[in-house]
Amino acid sequence: MRPATERLPRLLALVPYLIARPGILIEEAAQDFGVTPKQLRRDLELLWMCGLPGYGPGDLIDLSFEGETVTVTFDAGMRRPLRLTAAEATSLVVALRALADTPGVVDVDAVQRTLAKIEAAAGQAHPAGVVVGLSAREGQETARTRDAVRAAVQGRRAVRIRYYTASRDAISERTVDPMRLLLLEGRSYLEAWCRSAERVSLFRLDRIDEVRVLDEPAVPPPHAQPTDTSEGLFQPDPSQRVARLVLEPDVRWVAEYYPMEEVTELADGRLRVLMRYADTSWMVRLLLGLGGAVRVEAPADLADQVVERAAEALRRADHLLAT
Amino acid sequence: MATARAERLVNLVLCLLSTRQYLTADRIRAIVPGYADAPSDEAFFRMFERDKAELRDLGIPLETGRNALADPVEGYRIARRDYELGDIDLEPDEAAAVGLATRLWDSPELTGAAHGALLKLRAAGVDVDQATPAVVEPRVRTSEPAFAPLLAAVQAGQVVRFGYRGQSSVQVRERTVEPWGVVSWRGRWYLVGHDRDRAAPRCFRLSRVLGEVRLVGRPGAVQPPVDVDLLQFVARTGADAEPGTTTATLWVAEDRAHGLRRRARTVGSRTVAGVPGDLVEIDLDLPDTAASWIAGFGPDVLVLQPDTLARAVRERLLGALAARLDHDGSAHPVATGHLTAEERA
Repeated sequence: MRPATERLPRLLALVPYLIARPGILIEEAAQDFGVTPKQLRRDLELLWMCGLPGYGPGDLIDLSFEGETVTVTFDAGMRRPLRLTAAEATSLVVALRALADTPGVVDVDAVQRTLAKIEAAAGQAHPAGVVVGLSAREGQETARTRDAVRAAVQGRRAVRIRYYTASRDAISERTVDPMRLLLLEGRSYLEAWCRSAERVSLFRLDRIDEVRVLDEPAVPPPHAQPTDTSEGLFQPDPSQRVARLVLEPDVRWVAEYYPMEEVTELADGRLRVLMRYADTSWMVRLLLGLGGAVRVEAPADLADQVVERAAEALRRADHLLAT
Repeated sequence: MATARAERLVNLVLCLLSTRQYLTADRIRAIVPGYADAPSDEAFFRMFERDKAELRDLGIPLETGRNALADPVEGYRIARRDYELGDIDLEPDEAAAVGLATRLWDSPELTGAAHGALLKLRAAGVDVDQATPAVVEPRVRTSEPAFAPLLAAVQAGQVVRFGYRGQSSVQVRERTVEPWGVVSWRGRWYLVGHDRDRAAPRCFRLSRVLGEVRLVGRPGAVQPPVDVDLLQFVARTGADAEPGTTTATLWVAEDRAHGLRRRARTVGSRTVAGVPGDLVEIDLDLPDTAASWIAGFGPDVLVLQPDTLARAVRERLLGALAARLDHDGSAHPVATGHLTAEERA
């Protein structure tokens, strides 16, 4: 356990932070440091006991508290924050470069200026070892959709979209209140409050077939929370059904492409997987497409449906050939 | 962290920042509050070693040296110019870019580092507002277990060895790679480097690295070529897998297969086996992927043209039947396409 690695950087940053903001509210400072005001007060009390050799009244860090605010009156030589570590510089610089190389996310010129300033301040350049390309695999039509949607988010306008729902293979029209655009795992999404479903949804831009910016404001309800993406987009939903499949080596990619509950290596490079699915018709489509490279072990009715659909398709194809 | 230790460390930093002379361990023990509590020499040295390690872990440049050649032991100091972050003054739009950049990572390795950077920039007087949402919010995840060890190996310039299963390959092969960089392209992570077994540059998908990543040889042994654009390298490797477009003619049952219809042009209508439907034309990029996609619609979509596509779809449908009817427990593999451009190592 190394809790020190969290508190010490904060303690070292706190004095210069306060010097730059005389008379700041303790609550505001706590927020910037991501701690409670109580913890921040404890940190300030600790710093008050620290200082230069001699450790007399004139050698210790001095703070003046006024109401709920604080000001540094003696800094004991701690005027600037510690320079960035290699890991900190890497995480920031790689992210900025990714933003700079991706038009349409943020003003590229501002990012370039920021990069130059950060690199100058961080001192020596570290070979980052990481490169991130943010651009999504999208065609020109999606780029046009993005422009329209982006304008709606910026202008806080509601939009009417024609949307393809892949799970149900259905197209619907809906009015949504845009919240933001998300670029996730190589795809772009519109995050919006869907008025018909009455919840926050992520709409894949390449599945929006039509977008019309409406002449009314976007008004997501106050309880519409941004989606937490830290664990990925697809969260296991215990209410969904589970299929047990055996994948031949040819289609191992299925286990990489879709989230799996469980993956077991079998002999000869095959995989046994447990996969959740919301919609049976979607699952049947996936399985039919995989042909003989997948075997459905369970549930039996899913396996039956795949066979029925395949048999019916072959019959109909023969009919087409005969006519 | 115990208050006593935090206080001691802050005092140690302030003390070493304020001195131009190197201070020996004994001198530090006498000056900096907290060390006097050590009951023995041994206890003090343990304490002091731990504190030095802590400071170095945080990136504090602890210098060692002697004030005079004749000094019997080395002392310590912190050079202010190496310690302090340089001046930085960001315009509001630049600060917004920093905010977006530090929010980019959903990664155990990089999120913490980005927060650390943000903390220091704020301490340098930069106001970064994280409360106002951006219009476009990019996020990058690093969920593969191989990410951290490979990144560490790249940064250390150390050769790695790992088990790897190429696309559709049955065998797991051991690969020895001089790593150049870790690259995220279209939402997927790759390692780019010189493959010693193939004696050529290659890229490897991180999700296909199996088991542990082992380090081989010394740090600093790998010198990545300076003129290689890693992102381009991955993009090119992927692009090779994309052949030209073909146009297909299909029959689609009425009011069915909407996912296909939205990308097709209706050119006529026809009834097949008593089922009304439309004739459509569609441009397809990857024949293999297209065959799987079309087969997925089952009886709702039939292929008229081209023949190769019709055969490929039929093969999948027959395969789906066979896999079910097969009672010996092994399915008959039928080649199907991959959805994405892949490394072909």
